[in-house]
Amino acid sequence: MTEPTGFNHLLKRLGYETSGGFGEEKKIVILLSLAAVLFITASVAVVLGTYNITVAEVYHTIFTHLTFGDVESLPKLHNTIVWDIRVPRIILATSVGGALAIAGAIFQGVFRNPLVEPYILGVSSGAAFGAALGIVFPTIFFSIQVFAFAFGALAVTLAYLLARSRGETPIVTLILAGVIIGSIFSALVSLLKYLSDDTALREITFWLMGGFYYATWNDVILLAPVVIISFLILWSLGWKLNVLSMGDDEARALGVNPEKYKFVVIALATAITAFAVSLVGIIAWVGLMMPHASRMLLGPDNRFVLPASLMMGGCYLIVCDTLARTLTTAEIPVGILTSILGAPYLCYLLRSKGRVIFG
Amino acid sequence: MLSGVSFSVGKGELCGLFGPNGSGKTTLFKCCLRFLHAERGRVMVHNEDISRCNIEHLARLVAYVPQEHKPPFPYLVREVVLMGRTPHLGGFFGIRRRDREIAMDALATLGISDLADRPYNQLSGGQRQMVLMARAIAQDTPLLFLDEPTSALDFQNQMRIWEIMRDVAGEGKTILACSHDPNHVAWFCDRVVVVGDGTVVAEGPPEDVISEAVLGEIYQDVCSVRMLDGVQMVMPRCVAERNGKQESSRPLHDALFVGACGEVDAGT
Repeated sequence: MTEPTGFNHLLKRLGYETSGGFGEEKKIVILLSLAAVLFITASVAVVLGTYNITVAEVYHTIFTHLTFGDVESLPKLHNTIVWDIRVPRIILATSVGGALAIAGAIFQGVFRNPLVEPYILGVSSGAAFGAALGIVFPTIFFSIQVFAFAFGALAVTLAYLLARSRGETPIVTLILAGVIIGSIFSALVSLLKYLSDDTALREITFWLMGGFYYATWNDVILLAPVVIISFLILWSLGWKLNVLSMGDDEARALGVNPEKYKFVVIALATAITAFAVSLVGIIAWVGLMMPHASRMLLGPDNRFVLPASLMMGGCYLIVCDTLARTLTTAEIPVGILTSILGAPYLCYLLRSKGRVIFG
Repeated sequence: MLSGVSFSVGKGELCGLFGPNGSGKTTLFKCCLRFLHAERGRVMVHNEDISRCNIEHLARLVAYVPQEHKPPFPYLVREVVLMGRTPHLGGFFGIRRRDREIAMDALATLGISDLADRPYNQLSGGQRQMVLMARAIAQDTPLLFLDEPTSALDFQNQMRIWEIMRDVAGEGKTILACSHDPNHVAWFCDRVVVVGDGTVVAEGPPEDVISEAVLGEIYQDVCSVRMLDGVQMVMPRCVAERNGKQESSRPLHDALFVGACGEVDAGT
């Protein structure tokens, strides 16, 4: 480690060990490298696009904005494409990818099952129903985003209440409740599809595949702070999440109240998932794969898995979204790409490291 | 499920909880740890009613060694043992160098330092049991509850665990351990509580409690109690009778038992 001692001191205060047999210095280097990779990916992605702008022009535009320079002097078209379209789109992709990956890591930890994804408790089906309502009945349900979020949160709340009995929420019951509630909302979405006209049907289908077509600074300002704050809270609970993943009884014996912490982390993970989904639609696989990839790199300790998931999820969605908008002249829904790229990766995981990762 | 259960364990005592399958030992444990709520009655630890203290506080009073199980994530052994320090942590993650040292010392105490970097869920059942024991020691509580801590271990490790329990009790900590082996309980425990059918059948020092009368009551007359070199031995009645009849023709059999007892004597 070549970092100054002040940095080492900060790490120690946080409870990481920079010397001694726990091998955490290596993991910290990996985390820092991931941050660098994320930054480089974003920097490359911002240059790529169907409209040709030179690298120098792109960075000049961003630099002018960041240093509060004379924005008016920039070419108007460049300014719009780079600063109003590409930059918010990339930040939004990072936030959504990060949010889904963190939520995935949390759900996998809490449910003690490495095959769980953030949509397990029905948040995606609920959000899809909310969005479909907004699309089919725009006069009553005035905002797709608001109702997608509301119904996503509602679905998980219903699942949680359904599973809760006598002050306890057993994990298996909770997952079953999530599946039940999810299937109810899926059925309702199908009903709305059946009732809607062709335009609305097309719009619902597109929404379900997810995409960043309409990303604006407003979306970024809404989502990014929520993701960052939720991440910090969840990260600080990282060690407790480790204990929680040993099972309810053991967590209790080790002084971690399972009901309390399960509620807190599920609520936060659901909130950021529902929020992300309400803005960009349902993007599959990120929340399942990225926590796995983090665990392969860093081991199962959630103090490392959570920040690594955030960065890898962000990275992955930037790559997928950049491909989505540059591969063809028309845009491909990003959800299709995340699945096509993600499935082979998971096959590889299953075949090569299946026994270690899946126990 | 349980009724009329009342007993107390003094400071620094190693108390064995003994009884047949389904007699309520684990249920009793779970009540004592507040995993289950007792409908009536109280559990007092250090003069505190546990139903009144919160989970964080209770974890600083009582450590629990569950029956071994396999978690889904490949935590390293040292991380699992470090989890024992959780009740003592504070702050952001709150893990201090001291906590890591305690965790590594606990591994050394059990003689399994070489397992420190192995994934916990790939160990054998017996190794996992040793790790859980190390975790309980790292938790550093005045009271330890152990649910069949030797069930998956070989003979050498069984003796090691019981000796460690004796050492820990010698430091003034109190241990309540479930066991299915009447000999272990008789050899190592200060006191024995025998549970049968949801109630306490007998309670007292092992030489009184592990008797043919009590064992006959809970196990329907399959046991005989004999003395060998001044050590009380419980053996199956059929073996004891066959041995008695055929003693002259099978001298080696007896010698084997004496050998085993010698090893045990050295440990106590």
